[in-house]
Amino acid sequence: MSTLHRTRPMAAVLRHVLLTVGAAIMLTPFVYMVSTSFKSQAYVLAIPPQFVPDPATVDNYVQVLTTQSFAAYFRNSVVVSTTATVISVLLSSMMAYAFARFRFPGREVLFRLVLLGLMVPAMMLIIPQFILAKQLALIDSLQGLIVFYVAASISLNTFLLRGFFASIPAELEDAMQVDGANAWTRYWRLVLPLSTPALATTTIFTFLATWDEFAWALTIINDPGKRTLPLAIQLFQGQNATQWGLVFAASVVAVLPVILVFLIFQRYFVQGLTSGAVKG
Amino acid sequence: MLDRTQSVAVRATESVSVARTVRRPRRAIHVTPYLFLAPALVLFCGLIVYPMMRAFQMSLYDWKVLAGATSTFIGLDNYSRAMADPTFWRGLANSGFYMALSVPPQIVIGLLIAMLLKAKSPAQPVYRVLFYLPVVTSWVVVSLLFKYLFADNGLINYVSGDLLHLGDGSTSWLSSRWTALIAICALGVWKGIGWSMMIFLAALQGVPKSLEEAAVMDGANRWQRFRVVTLPAIRPALAFVVVMLVIGGFNVFTSVLLMTAGGPGGQTEVLLTYMYRQAFTNLDFGYGSAIAVLLTVVVFVLSLVQMRLFKSGGEDER
Repeated sequence: MSTLHRTRPMAAVLRHVLLTVGAAIMLTPFVYMVSTSFKSQAYVLAIPPQFVPDPATVDNYVQVLTTQSFAAYFRNSVVVSTTATVISVLLSSMMAYAFARFRFPGREVLFRLVLLGLMVPAMMLIIPQFILAKQLALIDSLQGLIVFYVAASISLNTFLLRGFFASIPAELEDAMQVDGANAWTRYWRLVLPLSTPALATTTIFTFLATWDEFAWALTIINDPGKRTLPLAIQLFQGQNATQWGLVFAASVVAVLPVILVFLIFQRYFVQGLTSGAVKG
Repeated sequence: MLDRTQSVAVRATESVSVARTVRRPRRAIHVTPYLFLAPALVLFCGLIVYPMMRAFQMSLYDWKVLAGATSTFIGLDNYSRAMADPTFWRGLANSGFYMALSVPPQIVIGLLIAMLLKAKSPAQPVYRVLFYLPVVTSWVVVSLLFKYLFADNGLINYVSGDLLHLGDGSTSWLSSRWTALIAICALGVWKGIGWSMMIFLAALQGVPKSLEEAAVMDGANRWQRFRVVTLPAIRPALAFVVVMLVIGGFNVFTSVLLMTAGGPGGQTEVLLTYMYRQAFTNLDFGYGSAIAVLLTVVVFVLSLVQMRLFKSGGEDER
């Protein structure tokens, strides 16, 4: 180790103390949320606030999980997010392959057009998109959520995947081509299998974005049977007194899968986040 | 929608120069790439590009939602209406306030944590994950969570009043303009720190060790090393984070909608909540579109200006 990084023990201790305090502050809201999910309504805003619920109750969870519609909302979210993610990653990777491996008239223009999607915030388009969804009879349908989620994620996914595909040695493809493999075979049998990390990154990003999406779902979904989790959770805060225990029990159930996915795949997460931004 | 989608936009525009291409017979070149492009392109053009143009067109109309009613072309009337609309200006001011108050802490604290985390240690991945956790958590969930924390009898009042004795602990945070905006900013900072930390962490790992060691040899102290070695080296990343956070600041929507709903009396309305209300509550689609177009222009100009700075900054270092 170089002289620079042989830190004195005191400095290392101080660093860890600072980081631990910081992490504790970051985590407090989560801890308090979980704690509140085990409180009955009488105690959610008690003074002084309780960090350890006393008496603790699992009623909120029982109520959330046994309400039939919550299972339906969960299912809607799973269906919408997985379908949108699979379609988006497939279509984006095909597009990225074309941009990375072929020279054709209009390539620069089309690629710039796709990048435009990164610059224009989704909320700006919500009014014309609503009218379009209405004309296409996609209001109040999960399909209406799925196709618009796919469209919204194409830019980022194409951009991330194109960069990765371009870094795969072209010689591999040339060899396959000599053996008579057509473009689809090369894409499907060679490029995709070699791109697992990039595909994992885009899959996670797209899944999380669609799992959490709120504004578009709020706009086109009125039918209670078609609600996704963010809509359902937001509706738990009633007109008068919010049932905070219920809100947070539902939140914990909704957030848990995301946190799990994040913890398992966080390696790819970091790669995907930083490769676009800082490499260069 | 896709919150962090912008995360790579800046680099994207810079690397349009296209990658290596496989040489292949002319015949195949004509159709194959278009077949690969077609499905994504059709969706993208139909559901993103077309609405973009449509938003602009709609902003020039007195748009009628009801079937059968005719929308009338009114030119720039919606725009002059916005210019004379105090709520529009308040929304712009609130969006600007949110940006001004939430962006600097995300940069400073994010960078600070990244620097503390830079040294490799077994605990590093754990801290990294902990600080990043709010980033991956749903906006709806954390907005409600912060609404609860900032409630009259909530944790924030208890900690600030009873524990720290800052004020009397009976602040009604969400029921007046500035305190509500501060609460919304607090959420923005808490949720965003992990993201900027991660970008900075990657950038810091690219700082040449030899430079740092040379600075140590020259007797530079910690602050001097930071200013002379670290800061210039991470300048592109810094600029990138600034651009993204500023754009993100103008996109604040869900947290405002769920924490205050723009209330009381429109005091905490930001541009996007105002646009949304004009369109989907008042059914004034033309005016809502005009606000959306204005906001797009603001965001574009801001990011162009910053990208210009970013570019010249990057070249200086080489």
